[in-house]
Amino acid sequence: MRIGVFICHCGSNIGGTVDCAEVAKRAAAMPDVVYATDPMYTCAEPGQAAIEEAIHTHALDGVVVASCSPRMHEPTFRRTVERAGLNPFMFEMANIREHVSWIGKDVELNTHKATELVGMAVEKLRRNVPLHSQEFPVIKRVLVIGGGVAGIQAALDCADGGLDVVLVEREATIGGKMAKLDKTFPTVDCSACILGPKMVDCAQHPKITLYAQSEVEDIGGYVGNFQVKIKKRATYVDWHKCTGCGTCMEKCPKKDVPDRFNEGVAPTKAITIAFPQAIPKKAVINPDYCRQLTQGKCGVCAKVCPTKAIQYDMVDEIVTEEVGAIVAATGYDLVDWHVYQEYGGGRYPDVITSLAYERLMNASGPTGGHIVRPSDGREPKTIVFVQCVGSRDPSIGRPGCSGFCCMYTAKQAILTKEHIPDSKSYVFYMDIRAAGKMYDEFTRRAMEEYGTDYIRGRVSMIYPDGQGQLTVLGMDTLLGQQIEIKADLVVLAVGIEASHGAKELAEKLRISYDSAGFFLESHVKLKPVETNTAGVFVAGVCQGTKDIPASVAQGSACAAKVLGLLAKDTLSSNPQIASVNTLRCVVCGKCVQTCPFGAIKQVEERGRPQIRVIETMCQGCGLCTSTCPQGAIQLAHATDNQILAEVNALCQM
Amino acid sequence: MNFTYYPGCSAHGSSLDYELSTQAVCQALDITLTELADWNCCGSTPAHATSHELSAALCARNLDLAAQAGADLLVTPCPSCLSNLLATKERLQDVQFKHKVDALLDAPCASNLPRVTSVVQAIAEVISLEELKAKIKKPLSGLKLAAYYGCLMSRPAERMHFEDPENPMLLERMLTACGAEMVDFPLKTACCGAAFGIPKRPLTQVNSAKILTLAANLQVDALVVACPLCQMNLDLRQGQAERYSKRKFNLPILYYSQVLGLALGLPKEQLGLHKLVVSCQPMLNKWAQAQSIAEGA
Repeated sequence: MRIGVFICHCGSNIGGTVDCAEVAKRAAAMPDVVYATDPMYTCAEPGQAAIEEAIHTHALDGVVVASCSPRMHEPTFRRTVERAGLNPFMFEMANIREHVSWIGKDVELNTHKATELVGMAVEKLRRNVPLHSQEFPVIKRVLVIGGGVAGIQAALDCADGGLDVVLVEREATIGGKMAKLDKTFPTVDCSACILGPKMVDCAQHPKITLYAQSEVEDIGGYVGNFQVKIKKRATYVDWHKCTGCGTCMEKCPKKDVPDRFNEGVAPTKAITIAFPQAIPKKAVINPDYCRQLTQGKCGVCAKVCPTKAIQYDMVDEIVTEEVGAIVAATGYDLVDWHVYQEYGGGRYPDVITSLAYERLMNASGPTGGHIVRPSDGREPKTIVFVQCVGSRDPSIGRPGCSGFCCMYTAKQAILTKEHIPDSKSYVFYMDIRAAGKMYDEFTRRAMEEYGTDYIRGRVSMIYPDGQGQLTVLGMDTLLGQQIEIKADLVVLAVGIEASHGAKELAEKLRISYDSAGFFLESHVKLKPVETNTAGVFVAGVCQGTKDIPASVAQGSACAAKVLGLLAKDTLSSNPQIASVNTLRCVVCGKCVQTCPFGAIKQVEERGRPQIRVIETMCQGCGLCTSTCPQGAIQLAHATDNQILAEVNALCQM
Repeated sequence: MNFTYYPGCSAHGSSLDYELSTQAVCQALDITLTELADWNCCGSTPAHATSHELSAALCARNLDLAAQAGADLLVTPCPSCLSNLLATKERLQDVQFKHKVDALLDAPCASNLPRVTSVVQAIAEVISLEELKAKIKKPLSGLKLAAYYGCLMSRPAERMHFEDPENPMLLERMLTACGAEMVDFPLKTACCGAAFGIPKRPLTQVNSAKILTLAANLQVDALVVACPLCQMNLDLRQGQAERYSKRKFNLPILYYSQVLGLALGLPKEQLGLHKLVVSCQPMLNKWAQAQSIAEGA
């Protein structure tokens, strides 16, 4: 074999703490290495051209590049060697940037470690064999999980681009958090008025199939060929017959059911249509509270329904959909602020979340848009807004900023003044984060035009003063003084975390998530909507905090990615998969049990049991190879022999 | 049940009523308090404000005495003593710090020091609410009370291990079991001003007035406390807080042990009620009236 080795300086990124020329010199003495050099930027155009030229000049049949992480440029260099006529798998990469130069300062030790890593790559490359991809057909349909504004945008853009879209929404209506909002910053547009038409488009688009009140139960398959099991939770109402007239909701005698859509501002009935613009506008029975379903007697809704749509014996249903790509857009939930006992931990009715305040201000909310105190229905005159409740607080494990609270708090202060002109609003803040188009101008308007008092400091305690008001104790860090305000209503800008159930969904999607449950993108700068699982994309707040325009932009970005992926009729399979040496296999079945993808099956062949790997399903994770007691199942491009050769090389250097 | 008992200095002086009632209540609950022989002052605020080593040496001597007496548990009624004893145990884990402390002592402090907790927690550990209920002779029905723990009993949380640091409920559970109506008292862990009563009196006035104002607004018959210094600030200095807030409170400030003692049917004299500055007689009258109505019915 004739191997060429390229030790990249990466400017001073590697060259600053690794003697690249020395590594190249030592590499030249390694077995089968006929050419070694140390270019300044290997990934740049001249760097790649130099590799191609070396392959021709020195008749190389294998190339090692020692540079950055293979996550960064392995695909780049594989294409380079392929252009020069080699099989792309006759290439190995040694990571001497993230694993060497960026983590150590000692040039001598770094140079030694870099040499060792190059030696391992050379020994592995000596045992590489050409691998060939296969083409497989793709299913030109996409699944969008979550019907908030990001999911709606992704679904509409994909559908307009000609793809069939399956949109799954956990709640009874699409619209997400945006549908709960009264107005949006910084334009003070009516939220429902700008979102409503998009929701209707979703419902009416011939290419969109909407499953509301449904959840993704299971996901199998791989990019281009996913099989998705969707659980349609029982609604106890036949939606084909339901006209959304609302008579059932009006007549239902159960009046004390917690209302999740209205954030607990007022109770609702046991059969509901979430809000007037709901899509689909269909009734749903809450089985935990319905008298017919819990006690077996009532039946009022069935009696009054003009279309006989009520079906008390309805059960959950599983449907299976096949799609080529998946967009996750599952949004967020509020941090559990009840850990803050100093704010009452939920014991005081007039200490509410800002999402509940949106429902109080919203004309289609339970108070018809009148701001009143939950405790006694009085109109509050002094309102205190507390920012960063459950954000930027390492003591409860939520060190991050929730991003949009500064802006909606300013909006709520402005709207409060418009609703109640003789009211006074105070905002306790840590810093005002208004880094968007027209955002800082907006927060200034809240202060200067609407007379909101902004107090820089944290609130230490909120408690009822025993005379019908709340005492808010805090610090004004600009005055250097303690502040005490008597308030009628306190609104907490509660921080956000990933939607409840996001982690479970991430496991099903085989994507990663962070400590707050947000899904991890493939590259924080350059692949913001891709994930490390091919064919799975993320949009909106499920990936991290962002406001409405950013969520919409990500929805569209996901659609562009999906349309690009599914524009092809076929995709290339990854040839780095497992295969069974039937001569060594004893059919113990351990690999069948271990495979997380169900890609290994036991079959009968000529009357004898055999183990077979389903090539299109194998993801090349290697779990089976480390489980097999016989060493009979091997992963192409990472065989036992290749790994042992690397270990040997390391031990001998 | 036998506890090794560290009364603390105030028990023999300013909070004699806390001491009397604690002893009486424990006796009624079949708990023997064996006073630690030859104990010394924990050093209180002056010691730890001067030197951590000094404070630790004073506490280490007491802990060492308890260890030598074979105690595996040391209880104290005073949150300040408790805080100092626990802080010392924590700091002695540091070998270098222990060397400095040992140098101040006659002999090096033992390493197998006993667990330390408050009397009220110790009672709750050995007497369940049901057992307590069974021993109640005169239920506190008709009394509306608020529990005030002070700032020290539950903080710092990782040292004191006293329920939720912002919203402890131990006294509420006990006194509800005794039949009292316990109101939600949001300032239950606020600071009364503590030792600032001497060097910076206005601070204590402001803080105590805030607590007393809320209690008065909630129209409670008494505030129930568990700390000698809180009791003194709210009771002895109540007049100062009244002058600051231009409002008469007349609010009795009782130790939890005194209230518990009343429910257990112990005589007033054993509970030291005569030591209170703000008289609790109106509260006792209201209680007696409620009881006679209940008996009449």
